[in-house]
Amino acid sequence: MSVFLAKRITTLVLTLWLTTVVIFIVLEILPGDPAAVMLGMNAEPETLAALRAELGLDRPAMVRYFSWVQGLLHGDLGISHTYDVPVSELIRERVAISLPLTLFAIVLSTVISIPLGIIAATRQNKPADLFVMGFSQLGIAIPNFWFALLLIMFFSITLRWVPAGGFVGWEAGFFPAMGSLILPAVALGLPQAAILARVTRSSLLEVLQEDFIRSARAKGATERRALWRHALRNALIPVVTIMGLQFSVLLAGAIIIENVFYLPGLGRLIFQAISQRDLTVVKNMVVVLAATVVFINFIVDILYVVIDPRLRGGDHG
Amino acid sequence: MFSLRKVFGGIAVALCLTFAASSAMAAKTSLIMGMVLEPPHLDPTAGAAAAIDEVVYANIFEGLTRIDRWGVVRPALAKIWKVSEDKKTYTFYLRKGVRFHDGSAFDASDVVFSLNRARGKSSTNAQKVLFKPIEKVTRMGKYTVAVTLTQVTGSFLFNMGWGDAVMVDRASAATNKSNPIGTGPFKFKRWVKGDRVEMVKNTDYWGKPVKLQKATIKIIPDPAAATAALLAGDVDAFANFPAPEALSQLENDPRLKIVIGNTEGETILSTNNQRGPFKKLNVRQAMAYAINRQEIIDGAMFGFGTPIGTHFAPHHPAYVDLTAKFAYNPQKAKRLLAEAGYPDGFEAVLKLPPTPYARRGGEIVASQLRKVGIRLEIIPVEWAQWLAQVFKKRDYDLTIVSHTEPMDIGIYARKDYYFAYDSPKFQALMKKLNNTVDRDARHKILGEAQRIISDDCVNGYLFQLAKGGVWNKNLRGLWENSPIQANDLTEVYWVKGSEQ
Repeated sequence: MSVFLAKRITTLVLTLWLTTVVIFIVLEILPGDPAAVMLGMNAEPETLAALRAELGLDRPAMVRYFSWVQGLLHGDLGISHTYDVPVSELIRERVAISLPLTLFAIVLSTVISIPLGIIAATRQNKPADLFVMGFSQLGIAIPNFWFALLLIMFFSITLRWVPAGGFVGWEAGFFPAMGSLILPAVALGLPQAAILARVTRSSLLEVLQEDFIRSARAKGATERRALWRHALRNALIPVVTIMGLQFSVLLAGAIIIENVFYLPGLGRLIFQAISQRDLTVVKNMVVVLAATVVFINFIVDILYVVIDPRLRGGDHG
Repeated sequence: MFSLRKVFGGIAVALCLTFAASSAMAAKTSLIMGMVLEPPHLDPTAGAAAAIDEVVYANIFEGLTRIDRWGVVRPALAKIWKVSEDKKTYTFYLRKGVRFHDGSAFDASDVVFSLNRARGKSSTNAQKVLFKPIEKVTRMGKYTVAVTLTQVTGSFLFNMGWGDAVMVDRASAATNKSNPIGTGPFKFKRWVKGDRVEMVKNTDYWGKPVKLQKATIKIIPDPAAATAALLAGDVDAFANFPAPEALSQLENDPRLKIVIGNTEGETILSTNNQRGPFKKLNVRQAMAYAINRQEIIDGAMFGFGTPIGTHFAPHHPAYVDLTAKFAYNPQKAKRLLAEAGYPDGFEAVLKLPPTPYARRGGEIVASQLRKVGIRLEIIPVEWAQWLAQVFKKRDYDLTIVSHTEPMDIGIYARKDYYFAYDSPKFQALMKKLNNTVDRDARHKILGEAQRIISDDCVNGYLFQLAKGGVWNKNLRGLWENSPIQANDLTEVYWVKGSEQ
């Protein structure tokens, strides 16, 4: 287990270091001067120079890279060029929306998909199965931003139950805040639920054909016991893999959904920072997001070991 | 079952009571207004983003003068002014009893500080050029300031009305980006980044108090979300609605009103006058004949916009309508191209910034020019790329952009500007304009200037950008036109019955 952990941690650190190099080089090559974006078409050359000096953009690239990484190691994410506030503060404000939204969507998709997958698998080719599969096909086919617009038209414009977008803020209370996240979470979570339901179904069907299930039945285990004790645990491994991957998909999907519902989350922040050439925000957010995804994958790897003890010995990994 | 019915009955009664109570209430005193772009920060003296002025101009910050809804210069923090014989010294007499929102008093030393800061060496003012003519700023008394200019500047008072020239306090100047402290009728309350900016009524305001107690600017970048927010009643107004294609849908809603006004945005097919075929006048004339303006307005702007024949706002009294001069005539365009030595046309690149008018308009322009043999390759660019490549490096053949600064025909006198247009005749004319203060004489010069750039076909002149405002029909006092980019809320109020 300790060899396994050491290997995974080394990969994690290397991935993050590579991320800093790649994002720095990409931003160097990317055309567009942050000072020119801020000062616009009428700016005098001397004004641009003054602003560039103020932003520290007049220093050589290597110096800027090292001072950035040094800051990162100390947990200092720098100051946003445009907003003029620490990037860590900006990220904290935005995480308070994006993380609950993503978790909400994950919970929603898990709670919906796994029971549906089980129902479909245990009633293979019966009406319930066909119904679930039909709906999940639809869920995969519908783009989430379009689905989001349908939700807004029905629940906000016609019924006026929830606002069409925006975020009231956590200070307004837990329920109003969750209220502004319901539609985005549904729009984000349902298409993922469709995928998860299919994966659960096919994985469970496969496991149910295995010899050990037949043995369990032969030993006299009830159908229910065979399913819950033996089959489900084994069927969940691919499901957890997909869920791990979905976390990053959901974070990326949140960029679009946040735009449709004008939620001030991480997705909106990075989108806006790129177009305004707020390079400090872009590069630090990319590193933070990469770190999150790498860390989630790390957790998923460990979860495999918990679910499947065979992976523990090191003979597989 | 019975109890359930009682519950529903109770809810129905409660709802009725709520409606009854709200309709009996007086008119609303709060406003939620939608805006497409979020301001990067809130200091109008340190950035070019129009979104900054769209939040703070006239609401939070004020200058010596101000520009009103008609585009006319009015006194603001300067009550009156006197201009010297030689037109080079302006003496401003300030209002007394004005306080900044943090309580500190406003007087002549704040004017000296603000103007010197804007024109100083380390200034990051995006319109530093406005302050260039200033030679010195002198405090003559506690409420008197003299500004001496190096040359006669006909537009000086107008320039002092820009958002970039507002008055700031020495103590708060450095923190205005996140906590703006001005003298205006609204005080900044808070900014939930990415979501909204909140302002409240300034009860200590020196002038006429505003009727709104609270104003919230909500940031909604997505056009579909903006439409939904208006239909759901989440926002009361969109002074500049981003999607002309949705206006007809909104028009059907009895609660809303559509108000089409004009802006200072001349939308042009900017041309690199020093590059390839575009060096030749007859090529540029051919392009002018090949463009069908109305088709572009209908196709790209859903019919909203006024055709222009030169770089000047049609609602300005000095405007000369030159659209008939190069009316759509593809045959003539082909002939001119042949004369120029391009009987089979040529290929060029059209770089388009991300705004919808440019992206949609660009495709129509490309198809129109193709008909006369000019084959355009369209390259979409981001705004930052556009500024770096097209605007700064002049690495382009053609582009489409709206020039939104008011009264900016003077840019044609800058030979290093991205049009690369060098006309000594035009440059001399602008010098003359600067030295002219008399209104009629200025208008005559401006007319002549419009004709020169139209004759030279410096750029393709397409249309004046319209401002499509959508707001609740019980709301009054918002600007119909946009002579400068601002959302002046000082005269906004609700009429009774606004609850529905």
